[in-house]
Amino acid sequence: MDLHEYQAKELLQAAGVPVPPGRIAHTPDEAEAIATEYGVPVMVKAQVHTGGRGKAGGVKYCKTAGDAREKAQAILGMDIKGLTVEKVLVTVAADIASEAYVGIIVDRATKKAVFMVSAAGGIDIEEVAASTPEKILYLPVDPRFGLLSFEALRMGFFLYSDAKLARSAAKIMQQLYSAFIAAGCSLAEINPLVVTPTNELMAVDGKMVIDDNELDRRPDIAALRDESSEAPSEVDARKANLTFIKLDGDVGCVVNGAGLAMATMDLVKFYGGEPANFLDIGGSSNPEKVVNALRIITADPNVKCILFNIFGGITRTDDVANGIVTATKQNPLTVPIVIRLTGTNEEIAMEILKANGFSASSDMDEAVQRAVALSKGGAAA
Amino acid sequence: MSIFIDKNTTLLVQGITGRDGSFHSKQMIEYGTNVVGGVTPGKGGQQFEGTVPIFDTMHAAVEATGANTSVIYVPPPFAADAIMEAAAAGIKLIVCITEGVPVLDMTRVYPFVKEHGARLLGPNCPGLITPGASKVGIIPGRICTPGNVGIVSRSGTLTYEIVHQLTRAGIGQSTCVGIGGDPINGTNFIDCLAAFEADPNTKAIAMMGEIGGTDEQEAATFIKENMTKPVVGFIAGQTAPPGRRMGHAGAIISGSSGTAAEKIEAFKAAGMGVAQRPVDFVELISARLG
Repeated sequence: MDLHEYQAKELLQAAGVPVPPGRIAHTPDEAEAIATEYGVPVMVKAQVHTGGRGKAGGVKYCKTAGDAREKAQAILGMDIKGLTVEKVLVTVAADIASEAYVGIIVDRATKKAVFMVSAAGGIDIEEVAASTPEKILYLPVDPRFGLLSFEALRMGFFLYSDAKLARSAAKIMQQLYSAFIAAGCSLAEINPLVVTPTNELMAVDGKMVIDDNELDRRPDIAALRDESSEAPSEVDARKANLTFIKLDGDVGCVVNGAGLAMATMDLVKFYGGEPANFLDIGGSSNPEKVVNALRIITADPNVKCILFNIFGGITRTDDVANGIVTATKQNPLTVPIVIRLTGTNEEIAMEILKANGFSASSDMDEAVQRAVALSKGGAAA
Repeated sequence: MSIFIDKNTTLLVQGITGRDGSFHSKQMIEYGTNVVGGVTPGKGGQQFEGTVPIFDTMHAAVEATGANTSVIYVPPPFAADAIMEAAAAGIKLIVCITEGVPVLDMTRVYPFVKEHGARLLGPNCPGLITPGASKVGIIPGRICTPGNVGIVSRSGTLTYEIVHQLTRAGIGQSTCVGIGGDPINGTNFIDCLAAFEADPNTKAIAMMGEIGGTDEQEAATFIKENMTKPVVGFIAGQTAPPGRRMGHAGAIISGSSGTAAEKIEAFKAAGMGVAQRPVDFVELISARLG
């Protein structure tokens, strides 16, 4: 789960990291009031779950409170990479003498949380990493000891030759690490960490991604989820315990297991079709999941054909068949459906489908080719 | 011959009385796996299905049975502890089926398991099966048949699909291993490839990867440099949309976007066969078995 910048900064601030004062605004009036309260100049920053906000015009510098009002007016409601801006962060604009990058990520290779720091921070940090890797210090943290003082100080001195700044940075590393662990993050970033003209450090932008598997045991973090920033169909799917990603094609796919779901989409494309979605109904057997899956897929007006591809292991194919029958009785389908089932209780599933007027195949390639033909308005191959 | 499990595997089931644990314990026993005991704290002294002794702790279970392998079906909040409990009790192969284990838990589990000299498979994996000898986990036994093809995969049902197609075509398997798709797992592609290379009964290997990360690229390098046996690869997610960016850190640390195209290139560069569709494995593997 992604956090908004303002949410990440609140967590960082709670851990002791200095951040510029500011607050969230939903209207131009609020933006003006906040700018007046904290004093100008301010930054008005779109709060959406995507990178490249600045390049899209979603981050603006404002000299006056009236200016903040105008810029907020322009940014609120703006579309950035398909996401509508619902709120902006209005924050005091820090004078910037230098910008550093500080990030922690759970790294697959070392199997540890790894710090990455660079004095060359800012929006081009990826370019820095690719062209001048020596400008980045990597430091894996042993989870059993946490970040040790000398490690934090080593990073501090890697960023700043000034001892006072190095020590402040070391403290911020510790605070960032605590916030990272406390929130159950898979990623936390301060970019940029700036030195102000008065030689103070400040986190001007922050980003946190929470490991979804942590949310059950961290209700306070789970409560930070912003459903208004997600596609409604994806929210609906998550509540039904389905993994769903909407795409632009017209073959609606219902599959069990992420790997098979991706392979099914690939095969749709291989035979000349376009998948309308990724949808994984998961491992457990439950007709209700199938009912929800069909409801979510048929809500997409682009879908011209529905393709089920189920390999029964833990999933019982008769449960899936029952789900299809129940769902289509509640809401008769207006588009053709192609069903491929094999595995656990396949014979029972085929009987159920046949008794209710459906036909089904046990071969994946055959089913996918048929679905693609139907999506193009052709007869079933 | 096979890798990791065989007729000598003696298995303990952690969470044997739970919904998934009891269902799959029955399936494993039916398949012929030597299930010597189970663990559910508070139910020690009882019997599962009237025959399998239940213990309160792994320590007691290992002491009484001398088991060498365990499989874990406990809920996510308890999975990390269950893995470490198994390692501390002296289990040498720990298979964690549980899905949803927090990744920060795994950063602590991994070094603990290593220090105890154990191998962890998973978490969030379907386990493994040596057809005709032993099954640990949830891979459906009836889709497999004994033979000479080693299978290693990051996904569950996609593995079943491919194993099923191979079996239908009369191509049997030495061992099928699902390593799981979590960011931190105990056993990776390279561990399995090295084991298959050393296994006299494995003549060719089918490997199924997915988009994301660089594990497949590293495996390709390993294959090029260290393997004499033929490997055929597949990458799921060739048409998946680019994932939501994980800040800058993801790109900085891997220097890779983990796309299917990148991985397929790595496979080709390593001289591997590349299956475009799951069904292509049949022909590509047949050709390499000679």
